Amino acid sequence: MSTSATLRRLVSKVPEEPDRALVVRGVGKRYGDRWALRDCTFALSAGSVAALVGSNGAGKTTLLSIMAGLLGPNEGELSWSRPGRVAFLAHDRPLYRGFSVADMLCLGRRTNRVWDEQRASRWLRRFEIPRDRRCGTLSGGQRTQVALAVALGSCPSVLLLDEPLSNLDPWARREVLRQLLVEVADHGVSVVMSTHVVTELDGVADHLLLLRAGRLLMAGETDDLLANHVLRTGPRAHRPPGPGEVLWARHFEQQSRFLMRSSPMVRQVVNDPRWTSQPVTLQDLVLAYLSRQEVGACSG
Amino acid sequence: MIEFRIERGSGLPAYLQLVEQVRQALRLGWVKPGDRLPTVREVVSSCGVNPNTVLKAYRELELAGLVEARQGAGTFVSAGLGSADPAVMARLRAQLAKWVQGAREAGLDDEDIRALLSTALAEVRVEGIA
Repeated sequence: MSTSATLRRLVSKVPEEPDRALVVRGVGKRYGDRWALRDCTFALSAGSVAALVGSNGAGKTTLLSIMAGLLGPNEGELSWSRPGRVAFLAHDRPLYRGFSVADMLCLGRRTNRVWDEQRASRWLRRFEIPRDRRCGTLSGGQRTQVALAVALGSCPSVLLLDEPLSNLDPWARREVLRQLLVEVADHGVSVVMSTHVVTELDGVADHLLLLRAGRLLMAGETDDLLANHVLRTGPRAHRPPGPGEVLWARHFEQQSRFLMRSSPMVRQVVNDPRWTSQPVTLQDLVLAYLSRQEVGACSG
Repeated sequence: MIEFRIERGSGLPAYLQLVEQVRQALRLGWVKPGDRLPTVREVVSSCGVNPNTVLKAYRELELAGLVEARQGAGTFVSAGLGSADPAVMARLRAQLAKWVQGAREAGLDDEDIRALLSTALAEVRVEGIA
């Protein structure tokens, strides 16, 4: 290897701060005197896929609308690292009912400064959406595909998707996720999507934003969040072995099970052979946090 | 070339699943030093997995000295992962035999022993995630 190549390699090994696409600080939104969103602080790296999860009314659409620039926050600020094109897939998939699918693409071409017809058409073909059909006669799932095709045609650097999977069948859900990830790989698009379909997010979302009653309960890299939680099963007991915050406890006749937050470092120290440890899934984690009673963050 | 498969809802993070699958392919001799791993895009497209997940898995394998990223050419297997040195294997086996004997004397049957072993394996796996 030549000296310059060696140097390049060394340079590329230096750990670098991930390229921040978006930093959100203390963002809040009030409707009348009710806060729909409060104290939202998180950062997303460029080319990441973030899942925005929470029950209905938790503030997901409000947060997405603020990120899309459609709503102004009452407090806090957002900063994008560089000017980019943001595409927003709204929950009601606004399309002109009287327009054909081809007309919608034409509209996209006329209204966007940058437009990639190929990219939009490829999406429609993949999901077998007839171009001559009027949008008013399409099914909910088909409307989603047309809206996604238009969003991708605008060559976004950020895709904000409000429930993109909500009215899709299982095959289309998997396929939409797969194709979106290919877009991320090919174009470095950053994706933020709200969803209830948590079971399909393993290996899909690298970041998780968990909202409850307008507050961000959890925000971070999915793998770290999973690694910091564990399911412990052992003999019936009031307390689990070792330190850590208990998210829930279930007691059976002979057994107790605890879902807890504890760092893997701490866990290694505790080595009680009567207790087993199992990794948690994203679904375990989301359900545990959303069903917790004593969350102090709900007021406001 | 190796074909990845992601098991969703298994609790094992997707990047570790990819790492495990490469290690297994190495151990079983399905891939050899010099072989190219699929590109990030190929894995994304075939498994529907996040590109960052694939990158993370490949980085992990690189840190373990098993693969090497070559600028512009892809990621290549750089080391084999055959069974350990015969002497080491013999030692481990002797230790295990002694352990099994101890377990039998304590009244455990084969099924008890297997349960204990898989518990220990699962535990070490969980602790190793970080």
